[in-house]
Amino acid sequence: MNPFVLWFHKFGSPPYFYRVAGRWLPWLYALALVTGVGGFYGGLVMAPADYQQGDSFRIIYVHVPCAWMILFAYLFMAANGLIALVWRIKLSETLAMAAAPVGAAFTFITLVTGSLWGKPTWGTFWSWDARLTSELVLLFLYFGVIGLYRSIEDARQAARAAAFLALVGVVNLPIVHYSVVWWNTLHQAQTVSFTGQSKISPSMLWPLLMLAFATHVYFFASLLARARVALLTLESGKDWVRGLLPGEAAHG
Amino acid sequence: MAEFFAMGGYAAYVWTAYAVFALTLLADACAPLLQRRRALRELRGRIKREAARRP
Repeated sequence: MNPFVLWFHKFGSPPYFYRVAGRWLPWLYALALVTGVGGFYGGLVMAPADYQQGDSFRIIYVHVPCAWMILFAYLFMAANGLIALVWRIKLSETLAMAAAPVGAAFTFITLVTGSLWGKPTWGTFWSWDARLTSELVLLFLYFGVIGLYRSIEDARQAARAAAFLALVGVVNLPIVHYSVVWWNTLHQAQTVSFTGQSKISPSMLWPLLMLAFATHVYFFASLLARARVALLTLESGKDWVRGLLPGEAAHG
Repeated sequence: MAEFFAMGGYAAYVWTAYAVFALTLLADACAPLLQRRRALRELRGRIKREAARRP
């Protein structure tokens, strides 16, 4: 076997993953916190006010990184769900299910902050605009995955059923992304582009990218923390879990 | 400083949005810690029960 495949198999083993993720966790939380605070300083203090929106534009720094985050989180969940369905890898089931609550939390933030930004700029907290509606559908998809996972007693069967739902929901992702192109409604089109020229000044852009980095790092931190707990429960009969509780494990 | 907190008259919107961001993520960060505590407590209970059953 080549070294990469070997590493992949090793990483897929729950005790190894539990140990390595535990080592990474504090660093990921710290990195997310430091870059997050730096991004907030850049966005709230250093970036100038927008010439049209004034200081209300600063909501961009909590809204947009989270909005990018949820598409990434959903793709991550669906990709792990696919691996779980095809190859039945336990760790992929765990990772897919751990991604759902984090994705739901970020979707909630995106919707609430978007609504708080909509009031001063559009004059309304909510409208059934294509982007807003498809984001709401995304939130319900996350809720659906979490609910389905919790409603089936056997954790592994539950994960596979929920992974299937997550895969079906992928159809919503292009709708979220292209909604501002396909339908000319209230939500503005994208300003930041990785393939073309961004229509935003560099002094406003760098805090945004820094916060996008921070939210992605936080996603992985929360994901690993949740996956570790899920593995503890899933493998509670195994020796490696018993070994985590010294003293008591000596008899088991 | 007061000017900074006033956010050009948009204080209510801007600070609420940032508070929602911070509080939601704080809750999200605490959830796995609480779940972990519960999982370990259940595990301890199970080990104890199994030890009691053993002759």
